[in-house]
Amino acid sequence: MAGYLARRFLTAIVVCLGVTLVSFVMLHIAAPNPGQAALGARASQAAIAAYDKQNGYDRPIPVQFVTYLNHFIHGQLGWSYKFNQSVNALFAEKTPLSAFLTGISLLLAVVIAIPLGIYQAVKRNGMLDAAATTVAFVLYSTPVYLVALILQHIFADQLGWVSANVSQDQSLAGALSDFKDLLLPILSLTAVAVAGFSRYQRSSSLDVLAQDYIRVARAKGLSERLVYTRHLLRNAILPTITLLGLYVPFFIAGNILIEYTFNIDGLGLLFINALTDEDYNILISYTLIGAILTVIGNLIADLALAAADPRIRIA
Amino acid sequence: MTAVIDSLGPAEPGAPAEGGDVTEVASGWRLGLREFFSNKLAVAGLVILVFFVIFCYLGPMVYHANLVTVNLDVVNDPPGAGAPLGNYSDGFDVLGSLMAGGQISLEIGLLAALVAGALGTLWGAVAGLIGGWVDSLMMRIVDVFLALPFLLVVLIIGHRYGATVVNLSLILGIFSWLGPARLVRGEVLTLRVRDFVSAARVMGGSRRHLIYRHLLPNAMGTVIVNITFVIADSILALAALGYLGFGVKYPNTDWGDQISDGTNYLQDGYWWQVYPVAVCLVLLIMSFNMIGDGLRDAVDVRLRKR
Repeated sequence: MAGYLARRFLTAIVVCLGVTLVSFVMLHIAAPNPGQAALGARASQAAIAAYDKQNGYDRPIPVQFVTYLNHFIHGQLGWSYKFNQSVNALFAEKTPLSAFLTGISLLLAVVIAIPLGIYQAVKRNGMLDAAATTVAFVLYSTPVYLVALILQHIFADQLGWVSANVSQDQSLAGALSDFKDLLLPILSLTAVAVAGFSRYQRSSSLDVLAQDYIRVARAKGLSERLVYTRHLLRNAILPTITLLGLYVPFFIAGNILIEYTFNIDGLGLLFINALTDEDYNILISYTLIGAILTVIGNLIADLALAAADPRIRIA
Repeated sequence: MTAVIDSLGPAEPGAPAEGGDVTEVASGWRLGLREFFSNKLAVAGLVILVFFVIFCYLGPMVYHANLVTVNLDVVNDPPGAGAPLGNYSDGFDVLGSLMAGGQISLEIGLLAALVAGALGTLWGAVAGLIGGWVDSLMMRIVDVFLALPFLLVVLIIGHRYGATVVNLSLILGIFSWLGPARLVRGEVLTLRVRDFVSAARVMGGSRRHLIYRHLLPNAMGTVIVNITFVIADSILALAALGYLGFGVKYPNTDWGDQISDGTNYLQDGYWWQVYPVAVCLVLLIMSFNMIGDGLRDAVDVRLRKR
């Protein structure tokens, strides 16, 4: 177990370093001229050269990378020229709301999808299973912003139950004071995630239900409830844990698309605006944090799997 | 499989075979195809796909629509005579835009998936065959690229270099080859120790022969299944780029772009600017998912029956 953990951590660190290098090089390809972007198209060559020198963009790329890495490890994400503010401050301001939206959607999706998938597998080919499978299949093929737009059209424009305009308050507490208007963004993200998870949970539950140990559990006289909670749930949930780790990029993309659709002033919208402005430090910090979150997500999923599955724990 | 049967055939032509008649055995590919076509959902997906190909490529030959000049007289017209599905806010015809956007989606999806499939197959096959530290290094590189959030990366690169159809396809393909690479490597690792490959090796098969005749054809099934999903993902990513305003540029148009335009007027009740294109996008993605699921079952069954 200790060897497995050590190997897993080491790989994660190596991948994180690689991700830093790739994002850095990639951004240099995509935004080769930070001085020009910051000062505008009509800036003089002398001014651009001075800006690049001041900000270190004139040095060799390997030197820039090492400097960047040093700053990044110490938690300094650089300066946003557009906001004239440090990226750290910007992220600190906007993270709580985005994290809340994503976190609560993820939580709801797990809480709904796992029982739903297991229920569908147990009562397979019943009315509810057929309905849920169909809905999940359609939703699985629908982009999250389309779900959001349709919900917005129905519940905000037509029925008027909620406002289409989500609170523009950046703070989590401020946005929560209009909690009703946050329901649609949360619902859209949750619905699409549930579609993905429940399909998976259903098929893994079907696999487990066909196993001999389920037959043994029934044969020794366990009640159906105990068969499901003790034997089915514990085994069928394992593939879903791995899936959760793989879904981090989905939630990062979903966060961007949902914040753009509802005009929520969070990290996703910040990224889209930074892209238009070529705000270099915001783009690279966001990409890197997204990538590191993905690595951490996979790591946590693997550790959770090891905790839940004795076969991995002992091996 | 047929090759094996042939070599085991009766020693004298015309002599009765021992242990029953020698009948022709369908190849694995044919069995898979039969399995695929007996799957109703998969066939439905194929029908939808064929419909979209006809709609997008033959449609514009029959139905000529204005997609280039702004016409203020017909701005936001509802469905009716002259415009069966109405007009957008710049007077462009919705039905015609659907056809044009569908072409772009299909082309970019297919091209991106081909790039991803070729890159991934090559990478995975080389890593699996060479093994050792080269394999470890190559797979860590896959891990690194896999950790980069797909949409963010595609947005950043596409923002600068994604103005044309070919560029966008290349960008989407270059960040989609990781799935195929992992699958092919896994297949190669299990296949190279299988009996039929060992048999081919002891019979003196060259490395080249082993790769082209035995390893790649047997790994191809999983790759094709994965490619189908890569097409769907690429079309989805393209739509997301268009929706966020970073898709193909005028005079080209894509479905995400149209959804984004349409939402400006959805509150005014101009439903025809969002719902037709939404239905097209979802149907096309569904068709690829149905075909992919069907192909996966077909490939799986082939393996199980062996």
